[in-house]
Amino acid sequence: MAEEEVKVFRTWSSPFPLRVIWALKLKGVEFDTVYEDLSNKSPLLLQYNPVHKKVPVLLHNGKPICESLVILEYVDETWKQFPLLPQDPHERAKARFWAKFGDDKVFQSIVYGILFKQGKEQEEEIPRAMEILQHLEEELKGKKFFGGEKIGLVDLALGWLAYYLGIIEEVIGLKLIDQEKFPLLLQWIQEFSTAPIIQENWPPRDKLIAKFAASREAALARGLK
Amino acid sequence: MAEEVILLDFWSSPFGMRVRIALAEKGVKYEYREEDLRNKSPLLLQMNPVHKKIPVLIHNGKPICESLIAVQYVDEVWKDKSPLLPSDPYLRAQARFWADFIDKKIYDIGRKIWTTKGDEQEAAKKEFIEALKLLEGELGNKPYFGGESMGYVDVALIPFYSWFYAYETCGNFSIEPECPVLIAWAKRCLQKESVSKSLPDPQKVYEFVLVLKKKFGIE
Repeated sequence: MAEEEVKVFRTWSSPFPLRVIWALKLKGVEFDTVYEDLSNKSPLLLQYNPVHKKVPVLLHNGKPICESLVILEYVDETWKQFPLLPQDPHERAKARFWAKFGDDKVFQSIVYGILFKQGKEQEEEIPRAMEILQHLEEELKGKKFFGGEKIGLVDLALGWLAYYLGIIEEVIGLKLIDQEKFPLLLQWIQEFSTAPIIQENWPPRDKLIAKFAASREAALARGLK
Repeated sequence: MAEEVILLDFWSSPFGMRVRIALAEKGVKYEYREEDLRNKSPLLLQMNPVHKKIPVLIHNGKPICESLIAVQYVDEVWKDKSPLLPSDPYLRAQARFWADFIDKKIYDIGRKIWTTKGDEQEAAKKEFIEALKLLEGELGNKPYFGGESMGYVDVALIPFYSWFYAYETCGNFSIEPECPVLIAWAKRCLQKESVSKSLPDPQKVYEFVLVLKKKFGIE
């Protein structure tokens, strides 16, 4: 069989391409990385993702796949070792549900509702965020990872929390989760962020803090317009 | 083996329609239960505690929430008839991409058309047509997004056709001159019983939108 060409278009900081990188590395798939500067997108990125013009893009033997959760399912179907989704249809539906919940609710609340807001608006979002995170706490009952004994699709989808939440807490100067209310989530954060492969691929912490602080400033300035 | 399939739904929900169509395509017998969204049933709250939304598919007592997730579930469980997702992983990824695009664009932009006016409404109408044109591009000259037969993307999109009349009337514009290929596709889908029996009368949807507008104080 001809050499497989696998390329991931990413930025150094975005958590969404990280999902794809984790999936490929967990499955032992060799790939090349193309770093994008989103303020100056490459012609290739625009060619491969004309609809959204975003990262990540996975290029497999010249064919592009876009949207990180779509890419994760593609990766899982193409490289069968280290399966990310369970076999049972109802379990698969539950995994997809929580992955979507992570993007629609968790990310929205913590990044757009808290990091990018201040004062009363931010204050009001916090109890909503706690309610949202409480669902994750419940889902972890009796499990080491969201995927059970091993890392699965939901862990990869929510994985950004395990590193970026701490960074966001530092940038806004507020602790969002504590041992008393979120013991399981904190345990998962510890297990996931230090797991082999995951541990080696986090972007540099201080650079991320600086970047998130700058993004917050920019968002607040836009909000005041 | 006794299979129990229940769908908690609301007649005008395009998301509920997706699941109705999928079940009909597969020939699955199920119990349709209309929810009063101002007075949600204990079963709905129990089966979808996180979002408390319809549609919820309940199969032998186990809930599946989120319409596209339910459609994929139906496709996986009743796999011997009318496959909705293709078997090739790349084509599956393309189908998922476009279904996700529909989720990100059509409902929210459509909603803006009937809930806003002036410049905001004009911008929403423009964005809406642009999104439909992108979808037309993806359809190309295939009879369905799924190729020769209806597939995942067809099921994801066709329910919104029942809302087009409401969008057009509230927004004072016409979709067909801008997207004739898409409208032809929609009419082709409506030839199928699985679709025609799952979609409400567009006039009724429009009347429902008028009730909502009054309720929310939108002119």
